[in-house]
Amino acid sequence: MLSIKNLQAQVEDKQILKGLNLTINPGEVHAIMGPNGSGKSSLASVLAGRDAYEVTGGEVEFYGKDLLELSPEDRAREGLFLAFQYPVEIPGVSNINFLKTAMNEIRAYKGLEPLDAKSFLKLSKEKQQLVEFDAKLVNRCLNEGFSGGEKKRNEIFQLAMLEPRLAILDETDSGLDIDALRIVANGVNALRSKDNAFVVITHYQRLLDYIVPDFVHVLFDGKIIKSGTKVLALELEEKGYDWLKESVHAPIV
Amino acid sequence: MTPQVTLPIYDDLLKDFSKLEMKAEHEQIRQKRRNALEVFKRTGFPTRKHEDWKYTAVTPYLQANFRTNGSVPIAPVAVDYLKLAAIPGLDCYRVVTVNGVLQPTEVALPSNVKIRSMAEAQEDAGLLKHFGSVSVLDKAPFAALNTALFAHGFFLEMDANTSLDKPIHLVQVLSSDAHAFVQPRNLVVIHAGANATLIESVVSTPGTKVFVNSVTEVVLKENAQLQHYVLQMAEKETQLIQQNDVSQSMHSLYSNYTFSLPGSSLIRNNLNVALDAQQTETHLYGLYLGTGNQLIDNHSLVDHKMPHCNSNEMYKGVLMDRATGVFNGKVFVQQDAQKTNAFQQNNNLLLSDEATINSKPQLEIFADDVKCSHGSTVGQLSKESMFYLQSRGISEQSARAMLVNAFAFDVTEKIGIPQLEKFINHKITAHIPALN
Repeated sequence: MLSIKNLQAQVEDKQILKGLNLTINPGEVHAIMGPNGSGKSSLASVLAGRDAYEVTGGEVEFYGKDLLELSPEDRAREGLFLAFQYPVEIPGVSNINFLKTAMNEIRAYKGLEPLDAKSFLKLSKEKQQLVEFDAKLVNRCLNEGFSGGEKKRNEIFQLAMLEPRLAILDETDSGLDIDALRIVANGVNALRSKDNAFVVITHYQRLLDYIVPDFVHVLFDGKIIKSGTKVLALELEEKGYDWLKESVHAPIV
Repeated sequence: MTPQVTLPIYDDLLKDFSKLEMKAEHEQIRQKRRNALEVFKRTGFPTRKHEDWKYTAVTPYLQANFRTNGSVPIAPVAVDYLKLAAIPGLDCYRVVTVNGVLQPTEVALPSNVKIRSMAEAQEDAGLLKHFGSVSVLDKAPFAALNTALFAHGFFLEMDANTSLDKPIHLVQVLSSDAHAFVQPRNLVVIHAGANATLIESVVSTPGTKVFVNSVTEVVLKENAQLQHYVLQMAEKETQLIQQNDVSQSMHSLYSNYTFSLPGSSLIRNNLNVALDAQQTETHLYGLYLGTGNQLIDNHSLVDHKMPHCNSNEMYKGVLMDRATGVFNGKVFVQQDAQKTNAFQQNNNLLLSDEATINSKPQLEIFADDVKCSHGSTVGQLSKESMFYLQSRGISEQSARAMLVNAFAFDVTEKIGIPQLEKFINHKITAHIPALN
């Protein structure tokens, strides 16, 4: 579904991604790990279309379309979802109206009629239960006054409602206590299917105990330097990143 | 004050005054007209040299040859135009004026509320008692001009200890193909213990070129309550100078909501509230949305004269294109006004590089046991919020509209009428520009 070839990107003249390759197929869960500043969150931002990032080379194809040519909203309408590391608080915008607008704009893009109020409510109830999201939060203003954990759970609730084909979770585990982590992971697992895929960006192997990935990639200095299965994550937990960094910098004989 | 001479309207108005002198009118009103004319002659039309008009030049709008007083068309307008003011789903008692002239009401009002034209009511003891008693003309040249030369307007009275089952919707239609200078004078008296909701909508027929200089005096007797909504949505070639002078008696509650929407090239609101007795409560909410070359100027004064009064003012502005906003909010807390609570806030959102806001909160306190605060902000839409909304599939246009509605929410949520709140939110959405 997603094919990233030699992706290069910069922010304010600083090169962040330096030729990144990655292919993702439906049904797969990919974990992206790596030390601080390696470009993990930048990859998420570039894929979602954040303004500050400038793509300087390479290509990204999403279901046959040039993803980089699309506006952020059209990427979402094509089925890309970014769960934010720091979800934004927007006072004055109700959570539920926001979701309804999002859902109906995505439906309109696909040539579907807007969901009537009753069906929307029913769907919202189902998904709230699926991801254990508090009904009281649904009716509040978007993330306003939410705790860190509540914000992350709201991201997963939105994910459940919008049913994207590819979801990128950007350090969704950061700032979560163990119970919240489990709830978030359970939500993601409940949403996994043979038709959708997940990219889980994380620092810690802990999340991967709950969301078991098919592939693990190590991102370092703007490139994927090693890929493997979940065993690689365990190895990283044990050894850290240094042994991999050395292999990158080692002269080619 | 020589520059006035170059404005043809200045001479025309003085001529009008001599004609007025020939007409039969109650001596008390006539005397107030004469005094007011003297005030106006001293000040003339204000220029930007006047502190209160520093950011608002009116004389460029006064260059044309205007029809004044007797020559202003007052024909009824087609019902179709009244739809411009209709608030969907809201049942109310509709009263219509055309260029300030009260039209016969289609449906009789309940007996506890009386609305008459100023001319019809000129011998009324209540009118004579209150007319000109609230407005202070010294530093208000337009109010002085209106007092001297007003034509038409209405006198609305609400009986003591009564209320209405629905709001009164006063639709003020402006209509004239040729430049017209319109000066309605209105008086609203809410008697003791009465409660009323008044929605004023200013609209215009297509192509109308009208300059309005209106004054409305509002008297709230003891325990009276008035929810006063003002919706300004006339077209581009209109200018509105609207003065609202309010006097509050003990235990009265006055809430004003002023919505200045895209349209009129010039809007100047002078909202003055005199807290003439103890234990009063005042809420002033405002929302201005400026587009094109609009200039929207809100001057307000809350005068705490007596102890134990609460006032709260919140104005929000959204300025697009090359629009200019002015906010000047004065709060006076006089020496006797101990235990005053007075709050004031003005927040602005600039959606274009060429939009301007001049914001000046002013607090003058002469008492020592009070709680007061004021503040002013200017900002832009948060890029991070925009990206968050867009990343969920929401178009840039809708995202902007959502954020602007959210910005206005502090004011719109205070609207006590759900249909009106919805109407205003739709108006906001409709005016959000598509592109940066």
